[in-house]
Amino acid sequence: MKRSLAVDIGLPFGLLVLLCVVSFAVGQFPVSPHDLFAVLWAKISGGASGVPAAVDAVVWRIRLPRIAAAVLVGAALSGAGSTYQGLFRNPLVSPDILGVAAGAGLGAVLGIFLSVSILAVELLAFVGGLGAVAIVYLIGTAMKGRDPILVLVLAGVAMGTLLGAAIALVKVFADPYNQLPAITFWLLGSLTAVTLPDLDAAVPAIIIGLVPLFLLRWRMNVMTLGEEEAKSLGVNTSFLRFMFIAGATLITSAAVSIAGIIGWIGLIIPHVARLVAGPEFSRLLPVSMLFGAAYLLLVDTLARTMATVEIPIGVLTAFIGAPFFLWLLASSRRGWQ
Amino acid sequence: MTILEAAKLDIGYRKTKIGRDIDLDIRAGEVLCLLGPNGGGKTTLMKTLLGLLPALGGTITLQGRAIGDYSRAELAKIVGYVPQAGTNFFPFNVIDVVLMGRVAHIGLFASPGKKDVAAAEAALASLGMGHLRDRIYTEISGGERQLVLIARALAQEPKLLVMDEPTASLDFGNQLRVLDQITALAKRGMAVVLSTHDPDHVFLCGDRAALLRDGRLVALGPPIEVVTEAALAALYGVDVEVVELPDHQTHTAVPARGRKPFAG
Repeated sequence: MKRSLAVDIGLPFGLLVLLCVVSFAVGQFPVSPHDLFAVLWAKISGGASGVPAAVDAVVWRIRLPRIAAAVLVGAALSGAGSTYQGLFRNPLVSPDILGVAAGAGLGAVLGIFLSVSILAVELLAFVGGLGAVAIVYLIGTAMKGRDPILVLVLAGVAMGTLLGAAIALVKVFADPYNQLPAITFWLLGSLTAVTLPDLDAAVPAIIIGLVPLFLLRWRMNVMTLGEEEAKSLGVNTSFLRFMFIAGATLITSAAVSIAGIIGWIGLIIPHVARLVAGPEFSRLLPVSMLFGAAYLLLVDTLARTMATVEIPIGVLTAFIGAPFFLWLLASSRRGWQ
Repeated sequence: MTILEAAKLDIGYRKTKIGRDIDLDIRAGEVLCLLGPNGGGKTTLMKTLLGLLPALGGTITLQGRAIGDYSRAELAKIVGYVPQAGTNFFPFNVIDVVLMGRVAHIGLFASPGKKDVAAAEAALASLGMGHLRDRIYTEISGGERQLVLIARALAQEPKLLVMDEPTASLDFGNQLRVLDQITALAKRGMAVVLSTHDPDHVFLCGDRAALLRDGRLVALGPPIEVVTEAALAALYGVDVEVVELPDHQTHTAVPARGRKPFAG
């Protein structure tokens, strides 16, 4: 049965809005629904909210950046994940397949090691992620006459390992009291330190990366057929591959630069979205992004409310993601044959 | 009318030449069957005719123009490719699979419109597969999948179909159903090139047969004339008899195994 796009998109969107409201309300400083709506209404109408200034500050200064970041990063990683899974014709592929996470990781770790400002760390992570994928892509195009997808994947694995070794090396030399905890926390992913100016930098990069994915979304279906079939159907595969990789990498790099390395989302969420909306990419992309936004928001809200200590998001996504993935593997017949 | 003409064609991968000096023409309304042992060059030849591999020598002319002068999209409007029906696919709906055949007709940033959906539905219906429209490609039978891939190629609106072993890994009934549809397509004016491992399929649906061995075209002509006992023995190194069936309309190849010659 074919369900309407409105249902496929409307349901996760409604879920996301509901989660936003819950996430604004809960935390170490609970905000009652009444106060929350008063604060929101004051913002819209321009009048006074009548609630204590502390409540206002919690909602706008603390909760908003974090909720916005969770929504943005979750949507970005899931959108990039569905793109890579389609392009590489493999549902086990995640956004770091071409070394973007490892490259961003090395950039950020170097930044922390050199004690540069937070914004500079984010910039280094962004550049590191793009640089790693660019090198992998160049290796892929240099080796002509072989299956380009296979060469890309293998070059990505090699690049990831190499960069992982470099990260380990920097950790050895890092100051174990100041730098090492920061490095570890960054590598596990966290939205604790995200501020609105961080988002100002990441949002344009994510939007620019999404443009080719949305414009070319229907052609992605053809790319999932593989190089030869896509070519024989009349598609310029090298151009499309470049556009999809460039877009997805830009998005991932921007997300990783503000949130650190958050694994599993870009791998699991596209699966779930495919079960709900089917593999047709025009549907899959928006549904994936909505699910990813809702999921990361849920996980981040849990991360900051479950215990008195903040739990790194990467730990939670792995604890939830890995068993869920195994369950999918065991039970799903529609996902992948 | 000649759709495609290959002259003194050398084929292969980059530096490795697999076949040479192939002269071949393909006409509208005929089924040309490629027959030959594994490694004989059938697949390489088809990939070269599709423009997926560059010719290592000689020329391929498609409707009067060199194949290299066509863009990918232009080429797809003349030559359609029907690969073997595998299942390593995301579970697309059948109609979505067939719609992908329209990609050469659809603008870079566009999605299929009403006209494209109509063309895809017509392609499915012409093969009697209209009822599969909303089924999931990975859940239908192998024979149905093969016909869906033919429908996808038809949606391209090509003049020539290139089919890579369209009957491979199908059960007996599905093999015959697919061959029937191929014959019907040729009757409507389509040129078809297909590779097969079964001489009987050449007798059943081939207008001409091309025999390939060690990268050379060893024979080209009507099946009855070129698919002979001697030719099959030379191609495959086995002893077979080619027998005319009592209806005098078709032939079949059967293993000889030292039996007495068939006296019918």
